[in-house]
Amino acid sequence: MTLLIEQLINGLQLGTMLFLMASGLTLVFGVMGLINLAHGSFYMVGAYATASVTAATGSFFIGLAAGLAAAAAVGALVELIVIRRLYHRPHLDQVLATFALILIFSEGTRWLFGSSPLWLNPPALLSGSVTLPGGLRYPIYRLVLIAVGVAVAVGMYFLITRTRLGMRIRAGESDREMIGALGVNIARLYTLVFAMGAALAGLAGALVGALQSVQVGMGEPVLILAFVVIVIGGIGSIKGALYGAILVGVVDTLGRVFLPLFFRQFMSPSEAAGVGSAIAAMLIYILMAVILAFKPKGLFAANE
Amino acid sequence: MKKLASVGLGLLMTTAMAAAQAQEVKIGMITTLSGGGSHLGVDVRDGFLLAIERSGRDDVEVLVQDDGNRPDLARSLSNEFMQRDNVDILTGIIFSNLAMAVVPAAVRQGTFYISPNAGPSDLAGRMCHENYFNAAYQNDNLHGAMGAYMREQGYERPIIMAPNYPAGTDALAGFKHLYEGEVVDEIYTQMGQTDYAAEIAQIRASDADSLFFFLPGGMGISFMKQWENSGVDLPVFGAAFSFDEIIIKAVGSAAIGAMNTSLWAYDLDNEANHAFVEAFRDAYDRTPTLYAAQGYDTANLILSALEKAHPDDKDAFREALREADFDSVRGKFRFGPNHHPIQDIFVREVVEGDDGQPTNRLVGIAVEDIQDVYHTQCQM
Repeated sequence: MTLLIEQLINGLQLGTMLFLMASGLTLVFGVMGLINLAHGSFYMVGAYATASVTAATGSFFIGLAAGLAAAAAVGALVELIVIRRLYHRPHLDQVLATFALILIFSEGTRWLFGSSPLWLNPPALLSGSVTLPGGLRYPIYRLVLIAVGVAVAVGMYFLITRTRLGMRIRAGESDREMIGALGVNIARLYTLVFAMGAALAGLAGALVGALQSVQVGMGEPVLILAFVVIVIGGIGSIKGALYGAILVGVVDTLGRVFLPLFFRQFMSPSEAAGVGSAIAAMLIYILMAVILAFKPKGLFAANE
Repeated sequence: MKKLASVGLGLLMTTAMAAAQAQEVKIGMITTLSGGGSHLGVDVRDGFLLAIERSGRDDVEVLVQDDGNRPDLARSLSNEFMQRDNVDILTGIIFSNLAMAVVPAAVRQGTFYISPNAGPSDLAGRMCHENYFNAAYQNDNLHGAMGAYMREQGYERPIIMAPNYPAGTDALAGFKHLYEGEVVDEIYTQMGQTDYAAEIAQIRASDADSLFFFLPGGMGISFMKQWENSGVDLPVFGAAFSFDEIIIKAVGSAAIGAMNTSLWAYDLDNEANHAFVEAFRDAYDRTPTLYAAQGYDTANLILSALEKAHPDDKDAFREALREADFDSVRGKFRFGPNHHPIQDIFVREVVEGDDGQPTNRLVGIAVEDIQDVYHTQCQM
């Protein structure tokens, strides 16, 4: 029983980090109609900036602030220099151009930092584990990640529904010509939204980097999951990104643990481990296929 | 067609000229210098070149190329080395899947291949070849030795974990082969996985008394960091691949206390090793890893054979390699009938070094004169 509860918390933690990635991705797609494969690079930029500034200053929190700033700045620059030329191009051109950006960012990072992973640890304050009610020991840092994810989700909700900027973003989603005609500076709005998405990805990279390892190409596996999340949640929908991320996080985590155990009922342990983990790796794609079969536009389709 | 013929003639002439110039020896090294796992290739190369340099021979030329951990690239590099550069000996490959792509074709064409790392079971067994030698280990050696060591230390309920790919399943099979008992559970993770929360929860829920894992490269770094903060308190065991000097520095304090098996340790007490470690630190300003030691031994094995014969005389050179007449940094070293080492495997513990950084300390011998199980399948 505690195993199930611990795995549910693990799934929730993975889900909230996926939400940070997916919300930026879906925002950019929803508002600007742009497919950005380089979103994973912002994740990596955030992690590298945090790791190197933390190493230089000795403070994780200064590093984290620097990571956020660096990801936002790089996002804004990329929008000004490259992305801006892609809004009116077909999606295939966007995919090609942003894929090129991935290669440039990866090689650039390798050139700057080398190919060995960097060292970034959570601050001492957040290390170790606590005993939850029910006697389960759980790492403090992972609980903090959940809290940050939830805080960002709440913040995004208020930003989109209650502020002037949010109103413009929503308006940009439905009709970009119209709000341009009403005197909103669309170019600036787009740069801002893009930088915001990049900062969220950078935040996820920095937080997860302290848990795992900071290395070149770390963003790509997460990016694939983030795409699954926004397809499941409905493209352009922040609410969909939240539900999709938690669904994917929980299903992926539970599948990895319980499928091998399930196959063990009628197979030898090593076979069960092999078959179980192979199917677990496919599980979220099966989930996506099933959801799309019933709801072709995802759970919370925007613009309907 | 005419052009093709003249190119062919030109090639023939250069080969003839190269043979006439004679006794220069060319070694082609294909190794992984970029991408994932590149520090392994860098250390093999640095150890190898150090030995060549210390030998003082200027008639040995080493050509180094980066395979980027890509089998197709390794394959075309080996063809280039054999056809354009006419190398006598190939070496350097780190990963088993790359070795399988290159070695069988190369040795069939008469080139010698001396492996400084990869030792897949097929090349030790049914696909063994008289021109293929492995100066490092057979892939099972280190995992099996840890199985034997844990059994001997009285651990009765180990849980074992590896990525779900050929070297991972081989590692766990190798472990079980010499553990000779029941393991509590086998966990297969995804290749390249970075989050191990689910696996750690599974380990926590099991009633295991110890953990053995094989997670090479960045996977091991992520796992150990998360393991430290999980509050699970089991002794940790593994093979040296997850605990080389570069990796434990990246893991930090979480690695302290872990035991690992290796065919070599930098504090191994013999003359060849003292000289090697000192020269390596002087030349590159870091502590050598086992990969550096393997590269150094590989070069010295080749040099010892070159003392006796030139690779052009294939039979004599092969015989000279078989004798393995060199001072290994491992202490003793000899080849089994399938040209894989029969050797002692050591146990090391990760401890805090004088500079506060984790480092490996030699504890003792896990298994003496370990030989792979595949040599019975080898016919040459």
